[in-house]
Amino acid sequence: MEAPSKVIHALYTDDDILMAAVKKVKAAKHQIEEVYTPFPVHGLDKAMGLAPTRLAITAFLYGCVGLTVSVVMMNYIMIEDWPQDIGGKPSFSYIENMPAFVPIMFELTVFFAAHLMVITFYLRSRMWPFKKAENPDVRTTDDHFLMEIALNNNEAELTALLEETGAVEINIVEIEEEQH
Amino acid sequence: MYTVSSKLKLFSFILMILGAIMLTYGFMSSHVSKEEVEVMLAEEASHGGAAAHTDEAHHGDEADAHAVDHAEHVMHQIHNRPWAALYVGAFFFFMIALGVLAFYAIQYAAQAGWSPVLFRVMEGITAYVLPGAIIVLLIAVASGTIGHYNIFLWMDPEVVEHDKIIQNKSGFLNLTGFIIRGVLFISGWALYRHFSRKFSLAQDEANDNINFKKNFRISAGFLVFYIVTESIMSWDWIMSVDPHWFSTLFGWYVFASMFVSGITVIALITIYLKSKGHLEFVNDSHLHDLAKFMFGISIFWTYLWFSQFMLIWYSNIPEEVTYYVTRINDYKLPFFGMVAMNFIFPLLILMNSDYKRIPWFVVMAGIVILCGHYLDVFNMIMPATVGDRWFIGVPEIGSIFLFGGLFLLIVFTSISKAPLLAKGNPFIKESENFHY
Repeated sequence: MEAPSKVIHALYTDDDILMAAVKKVKAAKHQIEEVYTPFPVHGLDKAMGLAPTRLAITAFLYGCVGLTVSVVMMNYIMIEDWPQDIGGKPSFSYIENMPAFVPIMFELTVFFAAHLMVITFYLRSRMWPFKKAENPDVRTTDDHFLMEIALNNNEAELTALLEETGAVEINIVEIEEEQH
Repeated sequence: MYTVSSKLKLFSFILMILGAIMLTYGFMSSHVSKEEVEVMLAEEASHGGAAAHTDEAHHGDEADAHAVDHAEHVMHQIHNRPWAALYVGAFFFFMIALGVLAFYAIQYAAQAGWSPVLFRVMEGITAYVLPGAIIVLLIAVASGTIGHYNIFLWMDPEVVEHDKIIQNKSGFLNLTGFIIRGVLFISGWALYRHFSRKFSLAQDEANDNINFKKNFRISAGFLVFYIVTESIMSWDWIMSVDPHWFSTLFGWYVFASMFVSGITVIALITIYLKSKGHLEFVNDSHLHDLAKFMFGISIFWTYLWFSQFMLIWYSNIPEEVTYYVTRINDYKLPFFGMVAMNFIFPLLILMNSDYKRIPWFVVMAGIVILCGHYLDVFNMIMPATVGDRWFIGVPEIGSIFLFGGLFLLIVFTSISKAPLLAKGNPFIKESENFHY
């Protein structure tokens, strides 16, 4: 899809007004490209119609991987490779000595689930240390909310609509082609 | 106002009568004489233990003496079974009510904003605390006075006479102390429940929050009293069935069991009342929160179960490990089955956020959790009383019916005595609009 060459930026100073505006713009069937907010606005994702995150599902799967790693690792080391008698603990089979392995099984499950999920989050949201910040307006990190809408030769109509929603500032911006 | 349907009343009466009949049968059929036991043991030996028997025959007189002792031991176990079954059932339903009382007090003390719409359901369930606790204490005392020390070995003066370990504990483990402590615990719990219910009803008509504040204060006080008495109660009423054994986290472990079963029963009764159209103000977010508690406390229970088991298994000190040796040798299925029912099943079923909002899913998980915690109590009492002569048969199921019927009758009668919405609670608006 060809990215629109022009977008409109509507700035708001209140999250309630922003929510109402998002709903209104959605109702008028305009495509909201992005909303920038200084803090999480409860219910914004629902109002924008974003799909729910699947991060929890990945975490569950990573946890399963961690559990498997711990079981395979300790079965190999403690039972198969060198089944020593350490303080009379039964190392004849994995199940016989399992209670001693549970703390490690638990911790590795949590470790894998947590860390791999965080890394997945970074990858999916494209965040890394030397990443160039994608911020259209510095005020959005402090006390302003910004809604970005694609323009398709309907500037006048859209501006009127946005002004109605209580925007404190409306800017039309040319996009420099360096986005993903 | 909710009125108990005649169907529900009839159902609980049928349960109670059926349970009473089954228990009577259990008590009658367990009256075996020593000769009968000897015949029974000989038959059992000829079926499977032939090799062991020939080995024993070589010992001559000594083996005979042993066989007589053995027959007497088995006879006691058979006599104990209906008593133990009665006790397990009584304790299980009592512990649900006490778990709900603790949950209720926590909701008040924490000033939770989501739960006030469920307060009347909780107050209904806690109505069973007083009768339930009295029944448990009466069975315990009766087993040592009119019975033949069928549940608590330390109540038998003959046993204590020959047992140095119990003698040393008799400063704590004696019938008088047992009764005094029991009465103290029960009156404390019942007093809190009485006054919190009274203040909660008074708050409905009040113009200020004075009753709510009183409830807040007594709830905080009760929680301190509760955690001390619950812990001692678990030593008295449960741990002392094995008077040679002790464990420090036992009180917590019993607490986790009663807490999760209590929360599960709140969820089940809420779903039932909502399905009958009596709780329009309860939405699926409330259900979601209850299911989260069921999930979380199930894992907490498992944590304590495992901590107790693993520490004893790991160090393997003979005087404490026998507790688990008997359970793993004779109770393999109930002992590990309850871990599957109380941990793995709820873990997998209630992990998904969407499933926690679906009533039938929560009901299904709840039934498995309750059965699992019945097994938990079963595993705590039975090995010490009936040993390997256990079975979940007529007396056990009869006891569940009897006390289940009584529980339903008392709980639903109590729920029907007050409006289901605690409208005077200062958090009620927040709770009605609760959304997760």
